Amino acid sequence: MRPLVGTHAAARLVHLSAVDVVIVVFYFALVLSIGWYLKGRAKTGEDFFMAGREMTAWVAGLSFLSANLGALELMGWAGSAYQYGIMATNAYWIGAIPAMLFLALVMMPFYYISKTHSVPGYLKLRFGEPSRALSAVCFAFMTVLMSGVNMFAMAKVMQIVLGWDINFSIWVSSLTVAIYVTLGGLRSAIFNEVLQFFLIWAGSLLIPILGLYEAGGWGNLKVLIAHRVSEQYVHIWAGVGSFSNNPMGINWVGVVFGLGAVISMGYWTTDFLVVQRILSAKDIRSAEMAPIIGAAFKMMVPVIVILPGLLGLAVLPEKLVPESIAASVGAHSYNDVLPLMLARYCGPGLLGLGITALIAGFMSGMAGNVSAFTTVWTYDIYHPLINSKGSDQHYVSMGRWTTVVGVLISVGTAYLVMQFASIMDYVQALFSFFIAPLFGTVVLGMLWKRTTGPAGFWGLLCGTLCSIGMWAWVKVDPSALRYVALSPHAKGLAQDYFQALWSCLVCVLVTVGVSLATKPMPDSELTGLVYGLTKVPEVGHVPLHQKPLFWAAVVSVAFVALNLIFW
Amino acid sequence: MVSIWFFIGVSLLVNGALILGAGSYQLFDPPANPSVALFYLHANVWWGAVLLICGVFYCVRFAPKRT
Repeated sequence: MRPLVGTHAAARLVHLSAVDVVIVVFYFALVLSIGWYLKGRAKTGEDFFMAGREMTAWVAGLSFLSANLGALELMGWAGSAYQYGIMATNAYWIGAIPAMLFLALVMMPFYYISKTHSVPGYLKLRFGEPSRALSAVCFAFMTVLMSGVNMFAMAKVMQIVLGWDINFSIWVSSLTVAIYVTLGGLRSAIFNEVLQFFLIWAGSLLIPILGLYEAGGWGNLKVLIAHRVSEQYVHIWAGVGSFSNNPMGINWVGVVFGLGAVISMGYWTTDFLVVQRILSAKDIRSAEMAPIIGAAFKMMVPVIVILPGLLGLAVLPEKLVPESIAASVGAHSYNDVLPLMLARYCGPGLLGLGITALIAGFMSGMAGNVSAFTTVWTYDIYHPLINSKGSDQHYVSMGRWTTVVGVLISVGTAYLVMQFASIMDYVQALFSFFIAPLFGTVVLGMLWKRTTGPAGFWGLLCGTLCSIGMWAWVKVDPSALRYVALSPHAKGLAQDYFQALWSCLVCVLVTVGVSLATKPMPDSELTGLVYGLTKVPEVGHVPLHQKPLFWAAVVSVAFVALNLIFW
Repeated sequence: MVSIWFFIGVSLLVNGALILGAGSYQLFDPPANPSVALFYLHANVWWGAVLLICGVFYCVRFAPKRT
């Protein structure tokens, strides 16, 4: 993930009018009202941690998408589009769609039928306690730190964009999140994520509409970009035959196998923050449809993220620069492109809605991380390792207190990041160490019954250590990237893609090797957890348009078509 | 239980009304030096109206008594 905020101070980008402030205040009042209303429906563990497992496909699907659609990502990828051109769309297409469809059709049945509360919970059922403990501790640590990073990033962005005091932003947002998640649990977090989805579209869609009008349409936009920067900026795939033929310095192997096959699979199929939303679905068909609905809308997100970045290249009078030099040269950074485009087109009212959409994105990110942390702590660390004899009410109470503690730890992290900005890079790197090997472990566990308990643990551990090793090697010796990415022309993003690819490969090889050297698990212990021993309920005789497979095919066709159109 | 879609409707309705109101005010009393590009399109008027209409639809369709 690209660094979003630097430490420089800059004049505020926009000025809010009275109606804008009213819109922002109304948003805070609404989310608190939703949390208050839902407190009466969060009395049991199933209600508080899993939203009662009664979410419809649409609610679970939009929440699944929104949990990832934070403002950090919106602004970061809009900045990437300004910096690298339309290739940034890969993050939303090949970097998401195949993985989401794979989750829906292949992995979701095993997650759902096992009735697990979490991804570490599935690992416990499949591989035993050591794998669960390793993944739970890593995951709990990562989510609460990411929540703090989100909190700091929001405060910094609000300071730069609006001139708000950092402490004010941190405490107002963290208290709001703490209240509505403590009161309503996962259901409250999900409701607010669906609300965020609508706010983001309502607040951001005008930018590409007015921007394309100003630029003279898509065809003329491409001409403007080619003239102002390079023709490479308007092709997604045409330049990835070699590292030096495209602005990102990556080749197709890294994009397809590193990003498409490993990083995206690892994130979308095993990151508990997003998977938790699908586990809250009311039945297996809804659980299968939800990621497909998410995938369909994910394909449209470049309209409000990538297109504004490209439009910025064509219509903004000033040239944006990297974050690292923005302060010294007195210019705006790439990451400012979205707020700059908001300020360019959005007058009173519209600006408030756009800013609210960004705030909602940040707060949903915090709430999502906190709710995932709460569930993993309570069910995967506290319950099995500290107190396994508590009542359901005891664990609900633990969940509420954990939410408060999680938010306070996040606040502490935010202040720590304020002092040591590089911590943000380390936290984001921490996430990348774990997620790619975790995918290898989970998918082998689901699809190959010969995978044994010790293999699950050692494969995950070795893959994670391999990822850490490569990251440290390139950190100490940047020229080592040529070995990791197999080319002297590779640039920064190539490290993420190839590091993920190699660490997942190491995880798979170790898992297979240790499995073959250890005693197989009996079928009786694998029923409901692995392919071949899991009876997936039949959809039955339903019309074609009610079958998840049909809609997955529709999304797949659209995905291929879009990639060809924007080749 | 009040549906999530009703809350969405409330959000769109209130935001749409506020934006439409601000846009209408600027339509009849435009600023001397508009700070936004394409001001003459009065985007806040028609976009506010779109949000308001969507909000009314969601509120009516998913009103608590109906669901």
